[in-house]
Amino acid sequence: MNSPLVEVSSISRSYSMRSGMFGRSTAVHAVDGVSLMIPRGETLGLVGESGSGKSTTGRIVLGLEPPDSGEVRFDGKPMATLATPAWRAQRARMQMIFQDPLGALDRRLPVAAQIREPLDIHGLGTPPEREDRVRELLRAVELSPAHGGRYPGALSGGQRQRIVLARALATKPDFLVCDEPVSALDVSIQAQVVNLLSDLQAQLGLTLLFISHDLRVVRQISNVVAVMYLGRIVEIGGADDLFARPEHPYTQALVSASPAPGRRSAGRIVLAGDPPNPAARPQGCAFHPRCPGAIARCATETPILSAVGSNRQVACHLVTGPQAETRDAA
Amino acid sequence: MPLVSIRDLSVAFNGVPVLRGVALSLQKGEALGLVGESGSGKSVTWLAALGLLPRHAKISGSVLLDGREILAAPASELDHVRGGRVAMIFQDPASALNPVLSIRKQLCEALALHRDLTGDAVKAEARRLLDLVGIPDAARRLSAYPHEFSGGQVQRIMIAMALAGNPDLLIADEPTTALDATIQAQILELLSSIRRETGMAMVLISHDLGVVAENCDRVAVMYAGRIVEEAPAHQLFADPVHPYAQGLIGALPPLDGPRRRLTAIPGTVPDPASMPDGCAFAPRCELAAEPCRLATPTLAPIADDRSVACIRAEASRRALLGIAAE
Repeated sequence: MNSPLVEVSSISRSYSMRSGMFGRSTAVHAVDGVSLMIPRGETLGLVGESGSGKSTTGRIVLGLEPPDSGEVRFDGKPMATLATPAWRAQRARMQMIFQDPLGALDRRLPVAAQIREPLDIHGLGTPPEREDRVRELLRAVELSPAHGGRYPGALSGGQRQRIVLARALATKPDFLVCDEPVSALDVSIQAQVVNLLSDLQAQLGLTLLFISHDLRVVRQISNVVAVMYLGRIVEIGGADDLFARPEHPYTQALVSASPAPGRRSAGRIVLAGDPPNPAARPQGCAFHPRCPGAIARCATETPILSAVGSNRQVACHLVTGPQAETRDAA
Repeated sequence: MPLVSIRDLSVAFNGVPVLRGVALSLQKGEALGLVGESGSGKSVTWLAALGLLPRHAKISGSVLLDGREILAAPASELDHVRGGRVAMIFQDPASALNPVLSIRKQLCEALALHRDLTGDAVKAEARRLLDLVGIPDAARRLSAYPHEFSGGQVQRIMIAMALAGNPDLLIADEPTTALDATIQAQILELLSSIRRETGMAMVLISHDLGVVAENCDRVAVMYAGRIVEEAPAHQLFADPVHPYAQGLIGALPPLDGPRRRLTAIPGTVPDPASMPDGCAFAPRCELAAEPCRLATPTLAPIADDRSVACIRAEASRRALLGIAAE
């Protein structure tokens, strides 16, 4: 395995939320003790439902938000303090792509100017070199230089996402955080962008953190996948193996809830209850109120992410059992 | 006699055609899936059929409900159809409910309009419906307001309102697209259990092929305002004939088995204001030949229960079998 480019050790982040105008403020634990490691040139997929903390994790990893506790190391060094020159230099090496390309682009600027902007900001190259680089980037995302003169409104959704990708690649980053990059696109366009992203990753040796609720897309692009539930990682393992043999009851339900052509819904696990509310996190295992196999212990004791086999970690009392506990204690 | 029979339905907005001759029929109790990308006309078909499009839309064709023409029917007749015989639920349930009225008010309004119920009978029925769609503690929750419910629960309430008129047909337009995966599974499960109990027919409009495959008997694939292929669900996904249907299925990343490069369909959907000549899919189609650009192919039967609108259907089938034989 390659050396890690990004190391995240037990980061936590909570926000305070007030219910009503005079209500007491309560702490919402968006991310709670998340540790991740992404080897150079590989992709880590992060899946989970809304409110699971996957986007917050992405923002902390990128340094857009400081963690309350824990640490993010990039290329062996801790993240620089926000808005310092060192931070800016580090930030040029990491970029982000969001779900909504129209929201990420300025409607009143031709797209070529927007791709050029990071080069201006980071002072990379002479003006003619920057123009060349913009053309090169447009080609890299399979658009013609003519597209560069257009405004975002005159491009299709897939083309806009390519522009966002081209802009993200302008500073030759090593690391890309993609937050639901293809969720707003139609299936056929989604496939174009996923293929493009894999090609660019192979060509440029990019390291990706790929955040999505779509298990299919995540499996397609990831080496390792982490499943989040209410701010914690409940299972992590190799992408193919994780989806073929999910161990955590939540992962099992997610995989089973993902509809597949050619399979009838017989045998699907339908979870009871509502999606979790981060402001009212259940005691013990956060998943236990919806878990079909929950035992008494699940309501009182929070399970710890422990190794199951060589390439899998699961946080579940049912999977790891009491013996895992004693092993940890020993 | 089919429950609904649509013939040659066309819709144009400001002279731009968005629906170009759709033919569909639906039997009583049947579940029909409608798939296609944004702008393909999946929703417009049903909005047009039910007279829900704005006035400036130009609509032509025929929509028969139990043999009676409802296209351009007088408002008094449509009021009986909409919400009564045919109910509709949408992707964004929260915006379909009135935020300042309690759930009881809104459910009772639907019941008073479509059922001959009065007084306590209305309230009892409202409670029964809320129970039916799986809202816990229905009696107390009736007096709650939409914002007090989660997204999945609001969609359940929308389903309860749709059921208020005892419809023969439910049009579900992307009913689970805004919901999380585990909640989507709950709503789909609820819809199929209601259909088992009431024998209600359903049209499920979705961009998600998996959702349609699992929940429908028959599927129609739409592209650029026309139906390009229609087949029983299991056949369509096992053996798609139209190159666009093949492309859609090939573009879906597999959840198990070996990973393969996705077969992306090149290019984008044509602009309705400047449609290519002949087959609308030809510019993106690998199998397109000269004749494809001459005339728009019509939906023609290729088996008892299958039809496809493609003059290269035979070639496309052979190509698919060739790939499968490798």
